[in-house]
Amino acid sequence: MDPECSQLLPALCAVLADPRQPVADDTCLEKLLDWFKTIADAGSSLLLLQENPCLVTLLCPVLKPQDLSPRVLAFLLRLAGILAAQEDCFQHLQQGDLLPRLFGEAGPLGGAAWTAPTVRSGWIQGLCSLTQHPSALCFLAHSGAVDTIFSLQGDSSLFVASAAGQLLVHILGLSMQAPAEGHPSLQPAHWPACAQKIVGHIEESLRATATPQVTQALNVLTTMFSHCHDPWTQVLWVHLSPLVACLLEKDPVPAAHSLVDLLLSVARSPVLSSSSCGLWDTLAQTLSRLRASQAGPLALGILKLQECPKALRAQAFAVLLQPLTCVLEATTQAPGLPGSVGGTADAPLTAGMLLPSKAACVGLLCQTLAHLELLQPLPQRPSPWPWAPLLSAAVTILRLCNGSATPTSDTGTHLCAFLAGCVRVQRAALDFLGTLSQGTGPQELVTQVFAILLEYLTSPDSSPTVLKKAFQATLQWLQSSPKPSGGGDLEPHAQLFLRELLPVLPKRLCSPCWDVRDSGLEFLTQTVRRWGGQAGFRHALLASEVPELTEQLLRDPESYVRASAVAAMGQLSSRGLHIIPASPGHPGAQQKSLLEELLHILSTDSEGFPRRAVMQVFTQWLRDSHADVAADTEHFVARVLRVASQDLDWEVRAQGLELALVFLEQTLGQPSSSCPYAMTPPAAAPPSLVAQALQPFCRVQLFDFAFRALFDCDRPVAQKSCDLLLFLRAKTASYSDQQGSSSGPDVASLEAALQRWQAGDQGQPLGDLEPEAVVAVLRSLDLEGLRGALAESSDHAEQSPLSLLQDMLATAGILGENEADCY
Amino acid sequence: MKLYCLSGHPTLPCNVLKFKSTTIMLDCGLDMTSTLNFLPLPLVQSPRLSNLPGWSLKDGNAFLDKTELIDLSTVDVILISNYHCMMALPYITEHTGFTGTVYATEPTVQIGRLLMEELVNFIERVPKAQSASLWKNKDIQRLLPSPLKDAVEVSTWRRCYTMQEVNSALSKIQLVGYSQKIELFGAVQVTPLSSGYALGSSNWIIQSHYEKVSYVSGSSLLTTHPQPMDQASLKNSDVLVLTGLTQIPTANPDGMVGEFCSNLALTVRNGGNVLVPCYPSGVIYDLLECLYQYIDSAGLSNIPFYFISPVANSSLEFSQIFAEWLCHNKQTKVYLPEPPFPHAELIQTNKLKHYPSLHGDFSSDFRQPCVVFTGHPSLRFGDVVHFMELWGKSSLNTVIFTEPDFSYLEALAPYQPLAMKCIYCPIDTRLNFIQVSKLLKEVQPLHVVCPEQYTQPPPAQSHRMDLMIDCQPPAMSYRRAEVLALPFKRRYEKIEIMPELADSLVPMEIKPGISLATVSAVLHTKDNKHVLQPPPRPAQPAGGKKRKRGSDDIPDCKVLKPLLSGSIPVEQFVQALEKHGFSDIKVEDTAKGHIVLLQEAETLIQIEEDSTHIICDNDEMLRVRLRDLVLKFLQKF
Repeated sequence: MDPECSQLLPALCAVLADPRQPVADDTCLEKLLDWFKTIADAGSSLLLLQENPCLVTLLCPVLKPQDLSPRVLAFLLRLAGILAAQEDCFQHLQQGDLLPRLFGEAGPLGGAAWTAPTVRSGWIQGLCSLTQHPSALCFLAHSGAVDTIFSLQGDSSLFVASAAGQLLVHILGLSMQAPAEGHPSLQPAHWPACAQKIVGHIEESLRATATPQVTQALNVLTTMFSHCHDPWTQVLWVHLSPLVACLLEKDPVPAAHSLVDLLLSVARSPVLSSSSCGLWDTLAQTLSRLRASQAGPLALGILKLQECPKALRAQAFAVLLQPLTCVLEATTQAPGLPGSVGGTADAPLTAGMLLPSKAACVGLLCQTLAHLELLQPLPQRPSPWPWAPLLSAAVTILRLCNGSATPTSDTGTHLCAFLAGCVRVQRAALDFLGTLSQGTGPQELVTQVFAILLEYLTSPDSSPTVLKKAFQATLQWLQSSPKPSGGGDLEPHAQLFLRELLPVLPKRLCSPCWDVRDSGLEFLTQTVRRWGGQAGFRHALLASEVPELTEQLLRDPESYVRASAVAAMGQLSSRGLHIIPASPGHPGAQQKSLLEELLHILSTDSEGFPRRAVMQVFTQWLRDSHADVAADTEHFVARVLRVASQDLDWEVRAQGLELALVFLEQTLGQPSSSCPYAMTPPAAAPPSLVAQALQPFCRVQLFDFAFRALFDCDRPVAQKSCDLLLFLRAKTASYSDQQGSSSGPDVASLEAALQRWQAGDQGQPLGDLEPEAVVAVLRSLDLEGLRGALAESSDHAEQSPLSLLQDMLATAGILGENEADCY
Repeated sequence: MKLYCLSGHPTLPCNVLKFKSTTIMLDCGLDMTSTLNFLPLPLVQSPRLSNLPGWSLKDGNAFLDKTELIDLSTVDVILISNYHCMMALPYITEHTGFTGTVYATEPTVQIGRLLMEELVNFIERVPKAQSASLWKNKDIQRLLPSPLKDAVEVSTWRRCYTMQEVNSALSKIQLVGYSQKIELFGAVQVTPLSSGYALGSSNWIIQSHYEKVSYVSGSSLLTTHPQPMDQASLKNSDVLVLTGLTQIPTANPDGMVGEFCSNLALTVRNGGNVLVPCYPSGVIYDLLECLYQYIDSAGLSNIPFYFISPVANSSLEFSQIFAEWLCHNKQTKVYLPEPPFPHAELIQTNKLKHYPSLHGDFSSDFRQPCVVFTGHPSLRFGDVVHFMELWGKSSLNTVIFTEPDFSYLEALAPYQPLAMKCIYCPIDTRLNFIQVSKLLKEVQPLHVVCPEQYTQPPPAQSHRMDLMIDCQPPAMSYRRAEVLALPFKRRYEKIEIMPELADSLVPMEIKPGISLATVSAVLHTKDNKHVLQPPPRPAQPAGGKKRKRGSDDIPDCKVLKPLLSGSIPVEQFVQALEKHGFSDIKVEDTAKGHIVLLQEAETLIQIEEDSTHIICDNDEMLRVRLRDLVLKFLQKF
C-alpha cells in the first residue's frame, strides 16, 4: 500500500465505523473491497493488518451490529473474509476472538441486522472468501455455520439463496481436498465429517416431498458437477444417483428444470463421461418421463454432448422433433420426421401437450424451433440432418399461422385456431426457415418456401416485426439458391420470385409504419448489392417504381428510414440503377444529382443516422471509384471533409477519417505493413518527392481535418486520426527528400496552432499548409506516445485507490479544503 | 321470454324480445345488398348503360328484411344500437301501425338522419319517368336472366322511403344518454351502454328486478374515435344476445389501414386518382386522421382530398361537436380548446375540401391527381357512379374499398371491363372472435344467443375453428324467421310493502339471522308494480255519515291460527308423554318418520317431516291433550 493511502486509511475507517456519518454508495465500497483483495492477493494480509491497526479497530464495532448500517456491516463481513483467507491472518484474527463474533452466533446472525438481505449476503461472501484452508473448515465445523448455510438455501432473497448453494459447494470441495493424498474413499461414509454432513443434507433434501427443497439440492449438485471435476465427484454421483432416479418415479417429476440442469452438468463433466455410472440410462429414462416442454432443453443438451450413445441421441432427437412431427401429422404432409418413424405412439402424447392451451402450444413450438435453430450449425448435430421434413414443418407452421393450411384432423383444427395470427410463432418460424436455407431440400419444397415467403411479404396482416423477419429469411434463401450452370447469377426459380416480389416492394416502401419502410429498404440494399449486376434483376428493378420511391424516402420524416434510404440509394447508384427521372410536373427542371442530394443531407440533416449513412456511402464510392466521384476526386474529398469536420456526431467525424484514409491509400498506395506476407503490388509509380506526394492532401485540407481530429474530445476519433497520421508518417519516410526543413517559419506557426488546438481552442483554421511543414510536424509530434495515452481507458486517472479514498472522504466532508468537483 | 328473429343478416339485426309484459324491438337494420341486382343510377345519361339491351333502368329499391312473424303494431319500444342499424326505421314506424317510442342516443339519431338523407337524396335526384313492378311477379321473375331469377323474396323489396317519412320516423325517437335508466311501463328498465364502435353507438341492458338481458350489437375494443366499450356493466347477465361482429374476421384493421395508405400513396405518386366509396360517417373519420399523419411523411401534402356527399359538411361538423361521446384523448382536446378530430386542420389548410355534389363549386375546384371520398359503397347510386365512369378506363387510377358491407366484385360487375386498379381493404373495427371469447370470459353470461353464422366457421374457411364463437354452455343460435324461447324462467317478483304495514309486523327469529312474520294485506297491482297495503279497517259500525262503500269487497279477515315451525324430537316427546301419565308407549320407525303408539289409549301419533297426525277414536279430550303436548315442542308465531 502506498504511503499516501496509508495516511488516509485511518480517517476512512473512522468514517465507516461512525454510524452518524453518511455512507458512501455501494460502488465505492465494492471498489474498496476490490482494492483490499488486490493488496491481499499481492502480499501478506497479516502484514497489512499489522501496518494498519485501524483495520482491526474497524472490524471491532461489528460486535455491536445494531449501530451500523447494513451496507457497512456487509462490507465488514466481506473484508474480514478477504483478510482471513490467508491462514496466518486467520489465526491472528482468531486470537482476537474476532471471527467467531463476526460469523458465529454472537455476531449479526439472528440479530436485527440479519433481516437485511445485504447482511446475509455479506456473511455468505465473507465465509466464502475465508474458506480457503483447513483451519477455516475447523472453524466452520465448530461455529455451526454450516447449519445456517443450509437454512439460507431457502432464503427469500434469490441472491442469498443462490450464494448459499455456491458456498456449500465450495466447502464441500475444500473439505474433500483436505485428505489430498491417495484416492478418495469409495464410501462417503469415510469422508471428512464436514463433507459427510453436507452430503447427508443433500440426500435428505432429495428425499423430501417439498419441491423447493429438492430444487435446492439439485442446484447445489449442478453447481458442483459443473465446477468441480475431481475424482471424488464420481463417487458422489454413484452414491446419489439412485436418489435422483427416485425423483423420476414421481408424477409429476418434481423440479424438472433443475433436474435437467443437473443431469446435463453431470453428463458434461469429464470425470463422469464413462458409461459406468448408468448416466445414459438415467438420461433416457428422464427423456421419456418429462413433459414435452421440459424434455426439450434436455434433448438439446444431450445432442450437444460430444460423446453420447447413438441410441440416446436418436431418442433425444425424436423428443426434440416431437412437436413438429405432431404438426406435420395434423396436416398430413408426405415426408415424415425421423421422430415419427416408429415413434408414432408418442405423437398423441405430444398432441396432448400441444393442445391444452394456446399459451402452452405457442410456447412449446417456439422453444422447439429455437432449439433446432441452435442445434443446426453445430458440428455434432444429428446426421443426416432432416432438411426436407424440417422445411416442410416450418412451412406448415407458417401456413397455420396465416390460416392457409388445411388441417386434416381435429388436432390440426385446434392448432390452426391456436396459431392463426400468432406473431410470436411467426417470428420463430421465419427465423428457423432462414437458417434452413443453408441446406438442401427438394425443389418442390423450395417452391413452397418461396411461395409462403411471398405470401407473408404481400399480406397486409403481417406485423412489422414479422415482415422484417420475412425479408431476412427471403434474403437468406435467395443467397443460398444454387447458381445455374449456364451462367447468370440467380437460378431461374429465384429470379422469377424476385420478379414477383418487386411489385410488392413499392407498397412496403409506402407503408405508414416506419419500420416496414426501413426493413424494405434494407432488403433492397442487400439484394442490389448481391444481384445488381444481373441483367434480369436489373431489368425488373428498373421497370418498377422502386428506385424512384427510394429516392423519395431520402426525405422521410423518420431518421432511420432516411439512413436506410441513403444506403439504398448509394448502392443503387453504384450499380448504375439510379436514373434521374424526368419529373412529370416540371419537364425542364434540373434535378439535383444524387451526390448533391447526399451532401445536402450530410450538411443539414438534424439526426445522426442519415449523416453517418452518407459518410459510409461516400467512403464506399471512393473505394469503388464511383463515376460521380472519379470525375473530380479531390474536389469531392475536400467538400466531404469540410462538412464532416463540422459535424457534432463523432461517428461522422470518425467515418470522415476513414474516407481520408481511403484517399491516402489510393494516392500513396496500400500500407505495406498491413500484412507482412502479402505480395506488394507494384505501386503506380508514386511521385518521387514528398512535397509532390502530399500536395493533393494539402489541397483537400486533409491535414487540417486530421490534426483537428487528433485533439478531438471523443477518443475513438482521436485514435483513428493518430493511426492515420502514423500511416502517413511511415509513408513519407520512404521518400527521397524526407529530411525536409524542420525549422521554417511555417513549421513554427503550425506547431503553435496545434498547441492552441490541444489546449482546446480550435477556433482558428490552419490555413494553407506547405507539405514540408507538415512532414516536419509529423516527425516532431509524439504520435506513439499519444496513441498509448489514448489506448488507456478514459478514467484511468480517476481509478487509482488514492482517488477512491479521497472521494469517499470528501463525500463524508472530512477533507476540509475540498475543491469543487467540476468533473 | 321469447326472441323473434326478423333478420338473417348478423350485422344488420332486427330482433323482437318479449320480456315480462313488454315487446321490445332490438334494432332495425336495412339489408341493401339487393341493390346489387340493379344497374347503377348515373347522374348524367350514360350511353353505355342506357344502350344495354332489354331491361330499362330501374329505381334503387331496398329490401326490408322482415316477415309476418309478429304484428309490428304491438311493438312497444325500439332500441337502436347504432346509426347503421336504424336504416329501416321509416318502414316500421310509418307503415305498420307502430305507436310506440324509439330510443337512441343523440349522435346515433343525428348521423342516422344524415345517412337516410344521403340515401333519399341519391335516389330522388335521378327521378324515373316510369317504374316497373311487374317483374316482381314470380312467374315473370322466373324468366329473368340469372342472378335475378334466383333472387329470393323479391316481393318484400320496397321502394326507398321519402324525406317526409324519414322526418316522421325520426320524430318518434326519444334521446337517451349512456347509463341512463329508462323505465318501460314499470315492468323493465332499459339502459344504453357505450359500445365503442361508432359515435353514440350503444349496447343495451334490459332488466327487471331479478332478470337481466344484455344486447350486444356492433361493439369494438379498438382505440378509435368513440368512447370505449363499457364491458363491466354487462356482467351477471342471464342472457346475452350477441350480434354485429366483424364481417371480415380475417382482416386486421391496422393492417388494412396500412394497406389503404400504401396503395393510396402509390397511385397518387404515379399521377393517378384514388376513389374511396364510403359512407359519410364512421370509418371515414379514422381514415382522415390516419391520412393526416401520413400525407406529410409520404410527400403527399399537395394532393387534394375531396369529400363529396349531400351531408359531407354536416357529417364533418357533427363529429366535432359530440365531444362527450368521444374517446378520452379527443375529449381532453376540447378543453384546450382544439377540435377533437384533425380533419378540421385538413379543411383549414385546404387539403380536404367537401362538396354537397358534383355540380357547382366542385367542378371549378377539381384538380387531378386527387383522392375522392364519396358514396354510395354499393356503387349503384350517388356521386361514386360518376367517378367510376370517369376514371374506370385508366389503369393509373385506383378504387379502394374500405366498407365491408358489399362484395366488391359484385359492386364492380356493371362497370366491367375495368382498367382501373381495385384494392379491397375492408376496415371493420367490430369485435372479432378472439375478442369475443375474451369478452365472454370476462362477462360470464349464463346463456349466449347469437345468429347461426357465428356458431360455425365461415363456409369458405371451414377449417378455421377459431372463426366461431366458442363458449360454455354452447351459444344458442337463431336464424331468420325463427322464434327462440330463451332458456330461463322468471321465478321472483318484487313486491313493496307500505310503511305502515311494515310497522305492524312483528318478526320472530326462528333461526339465527332468519326472522319470520305473517302478513295480512291487500295486494295492489298497477303499472306492473306490486304493493302490499294494510287491509282496510272494518267499517265504522254506526254514526258515520259516509255511505258504506266497498265494504262488500273487503275480504273476510278471519282470526288466523298461529303458524308452527320446528321439529319434534321423538325421545323427548316420549318422555313428556310418560311424564303426563301415558304408559305402554311404543315407537316405530317408518320411511318418513316415526309412529308413536299409545297402546293403552288405542291412539296413534304419526310424526313426519312436514306433518303430525293424532289418530284417536273419538276422544276429543285426549286429542287436545296430546295436541298441546305436541305444540310444546314447536315454535309458534
